[in-house]
Amino acid sequence: MPSNTSGIAAQAASEVGAGRGHYHALVWRRQLILAAMAIALLACLCVDLALGPSNYALADVVKAFYAPEEVSIQIRVVLWEIRMPIALMAIVVGAALSVAGAQMQTILNNPLASPFTLGISAGASFGAALALAFGVALFPFVGALDYLVPINAFIVAMLTAGLIHLVSMRRGVSVQTIVLLGIALVFCFNALLALVQFFASQQAMAAVVFWTMGSLTKATWPKFWITLAILLAVMPIFVKRAWALTAMRLGDAKAESFGVNISRIRLETLLLVSLLAAIPVSFVGTIGFVGLVGPHIARMLIGEDQRFFMPAAALCGALLLSASSIVSKMLIPGTIFPIGVVTSLVGIPFFVSLILSNQKRPW
Amino acid sequence: MVSIQLEEIGAKYGRTQILSGISTPQFNAGEVIALIGPNAAGKSTLFRRMAGLFAGPGTVILGADMSAAAICYMPQDTSSSALLSVYEAVVLARKQGSSLRVSPEDLAIVDSTMAALGITELSERNVSDLSGGQRQLVGVAQTLVREPKVLLMDEPTSALDLHRQIEVLALVRELAQQRGMIIFIALHDLNHVLRFTDKAMVVAGGGLVACGTVEEIITPAMLRRVYQVEARIESCSRGLRHVIVDGVVSEKVKMAVA
Repeated sequence: MPSNTSGIAAQAASEVGAGRGHYHALVWRRQLILAAMAIALLACLCVDLALGPSNYALADVVKAFYAPEEVSIQIRVVLWEIRMPIALMAIVVGAALSVAGAQMQTILNNPLASPFTLGISAGASFGAALALAFGVALFPFVGALDYLVPINAFIVAMLTAGLIHLVSMRRGVSVQTIVLLGIALVFCFNALLALVQFFASQQAMAAVVFWTMGSLTKATWPKFWITLAILLAVMPIFVKRAWALTAMRLGDAKAESFGVNISRIRLETLLLVSLLAAIPVSFVGTIGFVGLVGPHIARMLIGEDQRFFMPAAALCGALLLSASSIVSKMLIPGTIFPIGVVTSLVGIPFFVSLILSNQKRPW
Repeated sequence: MVSIQLEEIGAKYGRTQILSGISTPQFNAGEVIALIGPNAAGKSTLFRRMAGLFAGPGTVILGADMSAAAICYMPQDTSSSALLSVYEAVVLARKQGSSLRVSPEDLAIVDSTMAALGITELSERNVSDLSGGQRQLVGVAQTLVREPKVLLMDEPTSALDLHRQIEVLALVRELAQQRGMIIFIALHDLNHVLRFTDKAMVVAGGGLVACGTVEEIITPAMLRRVYQVEARIESCSRGLRHVIVDGVVSEKVKMAVA
């Protein structure tokens, strides 16, 4: 280090560009990874659409996109009316849960955080179970069971998020307190869920158990559009705060010294993440693994600059769930396994191999 | 004009009064001011109050056409498990509150700052792999790239070896004069205070005990009163003033340092 004024300028001039080259290479590599992930996702979508009780050629699937008049009406109807909402739902649900998990881990500075750590998923399961077992409608103006279950699930999930939000706003409440409160809520809702199952009929209990396993077969176009709309509404807010959210990972003191209003950003992100997690869970049930592991895979591949990490987390979650959807159809032809179960079974070996082979620590 | 003055600054944590009634004369561009005092005296809280990171009574009076954003606070050493390279972490500090795009000008400032601090070779290292001293140098870089007018450095040399301590403090002094900044620096080593700072503020028990030039402040009487030590201030053969501690003032312990 120079000890005089001219020394600083001289040394600075000689070393300018050394770090910049590394930075440009890093940015370029990340853009390539994101592009590769997007292409892989598109391929997964095509395979997911091609597979089903009757398998179609990939060429027909691709043709159905750009020249629908060249494929038969039967293929068109099956692809667009039956398989497309499910395949797209896998993508948006995976993306939403993974982004929610990524931001939970960021703001709580905790590698175990996910939408499920704070009891949001457990709350949704309890709300859904109330509707499935006893027909209880928490929002009285809904008649059809198709929407009664998700609306119940959403209401309890958001009430849970609201409770966490209220506690978080109290002065002196630490991140650790929030995580512990979330864990307490998970246990509380699991006990309540067990109670519902205890009093429910055998048929209703089976329905509750199936719902908690998570299934994309509940997907419809309206549910897909709602989930997509929430994702598209929330993502730009996170993108706008990319620098501040990245700074949060350097610790509260450092982020605060950069001018980040940490308590405000933590509270607002908590609320947005709750919304992002509650909607998909309400529609497709509990799919726990994606929200935890999607962000970790993205982090290992791309680092924690939120400008790249956030889209990477979304793409990882989408890829995981889309691939799981494919596997769920292939395990036993003619049977679609619950996606929540398949996601864990597909994702865990991949995740473990990534942790063991990667030089970068997952946290 | 770059200047800062404190007027009746106070701070509370819950019901506990941390600081009260801290007022200072005006400090001007180019000055390096040491903030000294015993542990838990409220030095970090005073810095956070000055940076607007902590609410409380009193006013921080800034020079004309200076905004609150002109004050940057560098906290004490903090470790992180983030998967970010050092270069990214410095860019991150530069870009807070601005657009997502990183311009060539941003990169030029990051490059020159890292080069001036001699940490260019750390660019590709992960922030979680740094030693305490390296983290402090990165912390200094993160503060400087924000081009502050008033810089508040909270014990920036606590984890550095002696050579690095002197280098960083020399750079701090140089930056204050070269860029017309006012730099407040919390230090425990009073010999560094004597050598590298112009003025000193002594905080103890949540109040300002003394404020003035280093020569006025670092005296045997102040050391006895604030630190409970018996000490002398003597000049070495090169004319530099040093604190020589003879012992601790205590009813029970009278430790002689031969």
